Amino acid sequence: MRRLLRNIGFGFSVFVIVSPAILVMLWMLSLSLKTEVDNMSFPPVFIPSPPTLVNFFDVFEKNRFDTYFINSVIVSGLATLVAILVGVPAGYGIAKAQAHKLAMLTLIARITPALSYLIPLFILFQWLGLTGTIWPIVITHLVITLPIFIYVMIGYFESLPADLEEAALIDGCSLWQAFRYVALPLAKPGIVVGAILSIIFSWNNFIFGAVLGGRQTRTLPVAVFNMLTFEQVAWGPLAAAALLVTAPVLLLTLFIQKEIVGGLTAGGVKGG
Amino acid sequence: MSQATLEQKAAIEETPERGRAFGRHYLPFAYPALLITAAVIVFPWMFTIYMSLHDWKIGQQREFVGLANFVKLATDGRFHEAIWHTLYFTVLAVVLPVIFGTIAALIFNERFPLRGFLRAVFILPMMATPVAVALVWTMMFHPQLGVLNYLLSLVGIPPQLWVYEPSTVIPSLVLVEVWHWTPLVMLIVLGGLAALPTEPYESAKIDGASAWQMFRHITLPLIMPFLLVAIVIRTIDALKAFDTIYVITQGGPGTASETLNIYLYLNAFSFYNIGYASAVTIVFFVLIVLLSMMLLYLRQKAKWS
Repeated sequence: MRRLLRNIGFGFSVFVIVSPAILVMLWMLSLSLKTEVDNMSFPPVFIPSPPTLVNFFDVFEKNRFDTYFINSVIVSGLATLVAILVGVPAGYGIAKAQAHKLAMLTLIARITPALSYLIPLFILFQWLGLTGTIWPIVITHLVITLPIFIYVMIGYFESLPADLEEAALIDGCSLWQAFRYVALPLAKPGIVVGAILSIIFSWNNFIFGAVLGGRQTRTLPVAVFNMLTFEQVAWGPLAAAALLVTAPVLLLTLFIQKEIVGGLTAGGVKGG
Repeated sequence: MSQATLEQKAAIEETPERGRAFGRHYLPFAYPALLITAAVIVFPWMFTIYMSLHDWKIGQQREFVGLANFVKLATDGRFHEAIWHTLYFTVLAVVLPVIFGTIAALIFNERFPLRGFLRAVFILPMMATPVAVALVWTMMFHPQLGVLNYLLSLVGIPPQLWVYEPSTVIPSLVLVEVWHWTPLVMLIVLGGLAALPTEPYESAKIDGASAWQMFRHITLPLIMPFLLVAIVIRTIDALKAFDTIYVITQGGPGTASETLNIYLYLNAFSFYNIGYASAVTIVFFVLIVLLSMMLLYLRQKAKWS
């Protein structure tokens, strides 16, 4: 009996700590599935009856949501790709050389406020005539993706046993060959986790796109923010847009939670 | 970061000098990344210092003015106010997530059904797109139609103005920040709890210690290094908070929630006062580094004692 009470109490505390996360997400879903009349009524209507998809159609009709979606995919994809190309060898080199000062550099990149990169780079891109194109956004997103990715890779390579590579070196492999044919294939799970985290934090980033994005090149979070300033009255489409932007990230988190939690705790990281 | 650095430290102590000297051959692997880092991180720092010494507005002639921008900061009332807003916001946005995050970590450290899935649900806020959740919170804060005032009315509390009232705007923004970042603290502390030894608890139980006594005298001291890491990370992030504040209030009402980061943004990209904004950046950066060094020093001290 006492044990049962204890279990109920524990279950209740679990419910209490996860409910804020669930409730806010459900409220976003509810707002996005209701008509404007229901959204503007007080006391609020909680469960959409009947649910309507009109807000989602509205988002696609009144905005160039598909363009912004492609922009976001290009930016997060390219910035993560570059992070993988240079970050895997960098993580390997830093882990093997135990170059703690270099590891510190990625930490300092995490401490620095995003705006302090943004002002000088903004001027630089103006001089280079790149403003209005998507390249400045991709380049600045490296500030987010590269440190996260390198940090995850350092942790991963440090956890790999060194025996196999040492055997390869004794057999006459060069350092590059030992990396390419022994360490790299073993590092695939680490690369996947690092890539997912850097895609998510790049996808979520607002400020770089807000400053550097033009009419054609804004990313999704910027597009959603602009909806707020221009159609503040319509809650349904706003919530629908917010949901569309964040849903891929939320679903990814739920589906591969083990890997994401592992990567986050190993790196202790989060985007700029 | 915590575990990685701990492991690195252990590795240094164990590795003989010869191993380290050989390790240098691995450095070229990091060169491409270093080159990019230099271009997008180190160059902007240098350039910021250069810009801060100029009277520089976008589209106008720039003029070298020495330290005049910094002198102006010393008498800029709006800047001083922004510092106070930032510190007020930061203290609340560090203390509350650390308390709630630790409680949540203690709960998630137990074994129960659906634990992995519920842990994923719990960390959803920190993974969600900040602009998207800020939008939802903006609607929830609405004084007439917002769901928060409705929930308050259910328990008999009069409606609040939330972010539309200077005296409650910062606590309201802290509420969003707590919701957003408590999961990060939970993950860090959970990492610490997972590494705890079981023996002290067994002997404490035999000695008849209560649950609170065990937490206070065994768990808390052992997870202290992790708590300090969480505090450092949270402090840095709270000082830098931008997205949610900018989306929800843009520094308003008036300048009541204008933090350093918002003031910096307005100077650079609304007033186009690049030189002055660069000076603000430098002061801001120094403030962040000083605070995090102070906290890291405390962490070292806690480790030695």
